[in-house]
Amino acid sequence: MSRLAATFERLAQSGRKALIPFVTAGDPYPDFTLPLMHAMVKAGANVIELGAPFSDPMADGPVIQRASERALAHKMSLSRTLAIAAEFRKTDQITPVVVMGYLNPIEAMGYEGFANAAQRADIDGVLTVDLPPEEGEQCAALLKERGIDTIFLLAPNSSSDRIEKMAAIGSGYLYYVSLKGVTGAGHLDAGDVETKLKQIKSITTLPVGIGFGVKDAETAKTVSSLGDGVVVGSALISKIESNQDNPERAQEEIIGLLSSMRQAMDS
Amino acid sequence: MTEKYNMPDARGHFGPYGGTFVAETLIPPIQELNSAYHKYLQDPEFLSELDADLKYYVGRPSPLYYAERWSRELGGAQIYLKREDLNHTGSHKINNTVGQALLAKRMGKTRIIAETGAGQHGVATATVAARLGLECVVYMGAVDVARQSLNVYRMKLLGATVVAVESGSKTLKDALNEALRDWVTNVDNTFYIIGTVAGPHPYPAMVRDFQAIIGRETKQQCQELTGQIPDALVACVGGGSNAIGLFYPFIDDPSVRLIGVEAAGDGVATGRHSAPLCAGRPGVLHGNRTYLMADDDGEIIETHSISAGLDYPGVGPEHAWLKDTGRAEYVNITDNEALEGFYALTRMEGIIPALESSHAMAHTIRLAPTMRKDQIIVVNLSGRGDKDMQTMAKREGIEL
Ligand SMILES: Cc1ncc(COP(=O)(O)O)c(C=O)c1O
Repeated sequence: MSRLAATFERLAQSGRKALIPFVTAGDPYPDFTLPLMHAMVKAGANVIELGAPFSDPMADGPVIQRASERALAHKMSLSRTLAIAAEFRKTDQITPVVVMGYLNPIEAMGYEGFANAAQRADIDGVLTVDLPPEEGEQCAALLKERGIDTIFLLAPNSSSDRIEKMAAIGSGYLYYVSLKGVTGAGHLDAGDVETKLKQIKSITTLPVGIGFGVKDAETAKTVSSLGDGVVVGSALISKIESNQDNPERAQEEIIGLLSSMRQAMDS
Repeated sequence: MTEKYNMPDARGHFGPYGGTFVAETLIPPIQELNSAYHKYLQDPEFLSELDADLKYYVGRPSPLYYAERWSRELGGAQIYLKREDLNHTGSHKINNTVGQALLAKRMGKTRIIAETGAGQHGVATATVAARLGLECVVYMGAVDVARQSLNVYRMKLLGATVVAVESGSKTLKDALNEALRDWVTNVDNTFYIIGTVAGPHPYPAMVRDFQAIIGRETKQQCQELTGQIPDALVACVGGGSNAIGLFYPFIDDPSVRLIGVEAAGDGVATGRHSAPLCAGRPGVLHGNRTYLMADDDGEIIETHSISAGLDYPGVGPEHAWLKDTGRAEYVNITDNEALEGFYALTRMEGIIPALESSHAMAHTIRLAPTMRKDQIIVVNLSGRGDKDMQTMAKREGIEL
């Protein structure tokens, strides 16, 4: 069983939901990320989404855009992102790592080259924002051969047809984007999310992680009750941005926020 | 060529190029747009409304002008200029915005967004939005806002909101990123009018179809004026819409050379340029696979060109295909060479071209003398130079 499947199964058995932090690899500098990943696991993270920075993050709001810019200023790249994941795996064989990013860095490596590198780094899933299933079958197949899950996005306006398509090609979990917008945007509507999750759940048994608009312990709790996991990104990265002169405090604040989410989700 | 050119395929692919590489939230509006495009581009009522707008509002057909003095001076092929600079708002961009705005209206959208580089597409979009009474927001890189301030003012006069984009390189690609972010946020009521043959399917095909009027008119006018079709077509390539508009109706005429001119900025060898077809590599950006300017890690590289409208790291996927198949040729012209083209046309023919179009003029200066006097070059004069007066004056050390 894949690490992702095992993680969601274990959580389901204990009646808990997955806490899934997203951070951009190499933000604000390359050595910051590895210790942060371990600390996040200690604070209750079950899956880590590790962002590979891209020069043109079209689906991201300003917070994650700037995270990408900070990381790129340190020459962070997709291969260096995989190197951090590989390093993490040396001391944590349990927590799944999903690399999330945009397609062009993968195109530059070549699909086969990327799939091999991902396997060597022993990552568990790949989520490529601008690679929908109609263009993504080849890449998904190469990853699957290597035991790596492809995670697809679902949106509020995704039709049943599309949900079926993602459920067929995707594995590990599905990522439900709770609102029409970019990362870090406005407010999610719990009622809307609930309705859509019912539709998704009637089509697939894959776990569903819900992200976009999760800001604090309260939203994390609400959202976690609607699906199988909660993804939180911009709210964490804001802590890096507001503490650029003090990375230790940035990590403390991230861990503080994650712990409060964990507590709220479990209570 | 025995088989008729018939690209893209049903999924918007030009061979390995093109396609639909977008985040999930944009898939439904793109599907909606795709059905509307397929429906209305066959619909006689839509087409007659489009024809009427092009005739009475845009001022088509644009003339095919024989540049007699310039041809004589260069001493080779006879040069004809396709006068897209005489269109309403001063460039070819309006051919496309008129078409997409009619689609937006049919689709019941109440809000229009656009990206712009030189501001010509922004002005052409603000113009049609004003005419239809639609809200209009134009994204423009902060660097371009500064160097094309005249067009910013025009857009504002027309009632559009101009948003200066401060992210990334603050030029056209960043404006496109920001427009995509707006679209994903406002998909329900918003129509995104992309200004060139880039973006996800159906944009590259749709924008081409709206711009192909340039080539269709050229074919007919050239026959009427000279009794033959051209030997070579020359057009500048930013995203590639004026070029594909001219080329497309000639793709199945193998005797016609199709020559796209990219911006070499300081020179391709310096790395400071905007010439992905000449010096880039295939990759995926802004919804399609095409030639891009990217580094070994796949990060997009900053581009450089004197002309804001050519300052883009990608190019329409159909050009990538035409390059690989060898049907079209792509060359490049530096900033300084473009200025030669600018001054030549201004002094020889009394026509001040846009800096974008000046790249095509500069290549014509090189090409014409290599051809026979009985041969014909049609150069796309994609826009007029009024918007560039500030840039030119500054280069000449003159304060306006
Ligand atoms: C006059 C003119 N020509 C050419 C271009 C480049 O666009 P394209 O390559 O899509 O024709 C622009 C873009 O702003 C323009 O204003």
